[in-house]
Amino acid sequence: MDLTFTPEDQEFRERVREWVQKNLPEEWKDSIPRTQEEREIINRQWDKKLYEGGWAAIAWPKEYGGMGATLIQQLIFNEEMAMADAPEGLMHGKGMLGPTLFKFGTEEQKKKHLPPILRGDVVWCQGFSEPNAGSDLAALQTRAVIDGDHLVINGQKVWSTWGYLADWCFALVRTENTVPKHRGITYVMIDLKTPGVTVRPLDQITGVHDFCEIFFEDVRVPLENVVGEINRGWYVAMTTLTHERSTAYLGHPIRFRNQLERLADLARNTKRNGRPMSEDPVIRQKLARSFIEVESFKHIVYRTISSRVRGEEPGAEASMAKLYYSEMLQRMTELAMEIEGPYSQLVRNSKWALVEGDWQYQFLYARAATIAAGTSEVQRNILAEHILGLPR
Amino acid sequence: MNFGLSEEQSMLKKTVRKFMEDRCPTTFVREMMADAGGYSPKQWQEMAELGWMGLTIPEEYDGMGMGLVELAVMMEEMGRAVLPAPFVETLMAAEALLQAGSAEQKKEYLPRIASGELIATLAMDEPEGFWEAAAIKAKAVPEGDGYKVSGTKLFVPYANAAGLIVTAVRTAEGAAPEEGITLICLDPKAPGVTVTPLKTMDQAYRLCEVQMDGVAVPAARVLGEAGQGWPVLEKVIRKYIVALSAEMVGGAEKAMEMTVQYAKERVQFGKPIGSFQAIKHRCADMLVDIEGSRGSLYYAAWAVENDVPGADLAASAAKAYCSDTYFKVTAGSIQCFGGIGFTWEHDIHLFFKRAKRLETTCGDATFHRERIAELWL
Ligand SMILES: Cc1cc2nc3c(=O)[nH]c(=O)nc-3n(C[C@H](O)[C@H](O)[C@H](O)COP(=O)(O)OP(=O)(O)OC[C@H]3O[C@@H](n4cnc5c(N)ncnc54)[C@H](O)[C@@H]3O)c2cc1C
Repeated sequence: MDLTFTPEDQEFRERVREWVQKNLPEEWKDSIPRTQEEREIINRQWDKKLYEGGWAAIAWPKEYGGMGATLIQQLIFNEEMAMADAPEGLMHGKGMLGPTLFKFGTEEQKKKHLPPILRGDVVWCQGFSEPNAGSDLAALQTRAVIDGDHLVINGQKVWSTWGYLADWCFALVRTENTVPKHRGITYVMIDLKTPGVTVRPLDQITGVHDFCEIFFEDVRVPLENVVGEINRGWYVAMTTLTHERSTAYLGHPIRFRNQLERLADLARNTKRNGRPMSEDPVIRQKLARSFIEVESFKHIVYRTISSRVRGEEPGAEASMAKLYYSEMLQRMTELAMEIEGPYSQLVRNSKWALVEGDWQYQFLYARAATIAAGTSEVQRNILAEHILGLPR
Repeated sequence: MNFGLSEEQSMLKKTVRKFMEDRCPTTFVREMMADAGGYSPKQWQEMAELGWMGLTIPEEYDGMGMGLVELAVMMEEMGRAVLPAPFVETLMAAEALLQAGSAEQKKEYLPRIASGELIATLAMDEPEGFWEAAAIKAKAVPEGDGYKVSGTKLFVPYANAAGLIVTAVRTAEGAAPEEGITLICLDPKAPGVTVTPLKTMDQAYRLCEVQMDGVAVPAARVLGEAGQGWPVLEKVIRKYIVALSAEMVGGAEKAMEMTVQYAKERVQFGKPIGSFQAIKHRCADMLVDIEGSRGSLYYAAWAVENDVPGADLAASAAKAYCSDTYFKVTAGSIQCFGGIGFTWEHDIHLFFKRAKRLETTCGDATFHRERIAELWL
């Protein structure tokens, strides 16, 4: 057991730190309360800036314009970005489609799609969920029929984050109805400008719209956009999902720690009957609990990375990390509401709102954490069945 | 960066696991529950021969010279076995000697501890207070070149078996409760010392009252400087709570394994109960709590061993988290076992009771969360 980094890794950290310090404008910092539109503009600009600096996708292999960074370097990079409070960027292309194409894409597909992702020119969204296929994703019904050298797609996707911003969508469609449901699914890349595609943003409980419905009406997609083989899409999708769940959270421990420090500030600065909430014994217990959880989450991440560096495959541990932080985040934001007391009722732009109503947004947003990318119940099933070996 | 065990540490884990499986099955634990002394001198000697009593004692005193991470590895395995013996207390008494003892004291006690000849323990809590400096009231008044000590110590592990009790007494009233505390090497056989074993819920562990009635303590038995005992004790406690956390993680993991095994075998409504999500999700939560606790434990062990900034916070975080986890896991286990889990015959209550005892040793979860708040906020 040794928690120190090698001199080379240390040097890499210095390089990242120096670059971020020079290139991240103060007003782009991620924790500054802002509207969704402002956030999107900054995310896109930040993606371009990362590209210009050569940091666009450090985990990607060198041949595709990445750095071929080690897992430890990815950790360091994400940690430094988190420490600098940098925006997270639009991750679907870099974080999910990219790794899927390395493994299953044709040379043409890689040549066509990877460079624009790297440059931040093309925004991708994920079209997996449907009205009747959520946790039971394999039940998806969006139909695709082969017609010459095209797929003709009819159906509907839902909850696609950034759908209204996206240029392209990687989606799962049903190409075969007569076989067990996992074996009739195809993974396909869809240009959202294709005739027959309609994207409709959905308002969320936060009052803004991140996610969208996507409708397909006789949408013709060239067969060359199929990733992997027809009817083998489920297995391709598993790669995407493993990546969605496995490295995305490397910087989270630091972001959560910073958020926790802001929560402690909130407790220090919020007085009830003349006394700071940070002196209230019950609040102190709850803050300390959050402290323990945030620290433990960091250790969970480090332990997972260490096991992968030792050569173990990413497995259900990602489910553990996801389950852990999503529920921890909810408790943290609930605590913010408790600290604010009656002020917790006031949102952004209200007279008397605390911290520009930011905790209200965080509080509401945190409800998504236990639903998106696999609900907590589904994660518990995975842990119980895959790690503990309990029967289905 | 490797947040995992080294090859040697993994080897150590295997060795201890094997020993505990062979020499400390629950049938043995139950024997010790009924035994007057509450431990087996024979087993103690066997562990000593493997070098374990000297695990964290430097080689110059016949120890193995290892650190807190190795101790954590060992304690996890002992926790799995619900070991009935004052192992960690003996090592922590040795730690107090290492921190504050004179060259003569170290030479006198440490090799005997390492060889298994001397069992040692710690006496801190008293009837009116516990876990904090203010609790220490046992009075030491100067006499000759040493002190005359009177007072009552409670919850002293295995004082019935110990040849040395590192005891915290008060030699002066300072402005702050931390001032004026002195550590002494108390000989339980000295005139004026009465040791009374208490009836404990965790029957696989002896806790005693130690009554001191004008006990003469010569200067040679004073550990470190008079009045400077608290900072030493704090350092010892910091390691102690990490070791206890390890014992809790090990115990919790074993309890979870027993539960998961049962959930696969026990059939109701025509299915293994482990297929019901009420059971399955409870088990998944156990896994997550144990993994989270283990992370906080090993981080604390590493941080304390290397004395990095925030080590105090890490130790308290581990103690708070592991205390909650061990209790939650064993309580959940009993629920998953149903009626059989409520029987004396089933082993799960050994873990449940051990969880409760370890939780209250050196500060429960609430105590350590408040400590975190003090250090951090
Ligand atoms: C903010 C946000 C962003 C999202 N972004 C995207 C995106 O970009 N692309 C995309 O494709 N999808 C996206 N999703 C969709 C997300 O993946 C689904 O919402 C999720 O998988 C759950 O599916 P569902 O909503 O249909 O709920 P259901 O599957 O209908 O679940 C309803 C409830 O039943 C429980 N349940 C279901 N099955 C089981 C079971 N077997 N055992 C126990 N309980 C069960 C669930 O845990 C949940 O509590 C997003 C969701 C949110 C909230």
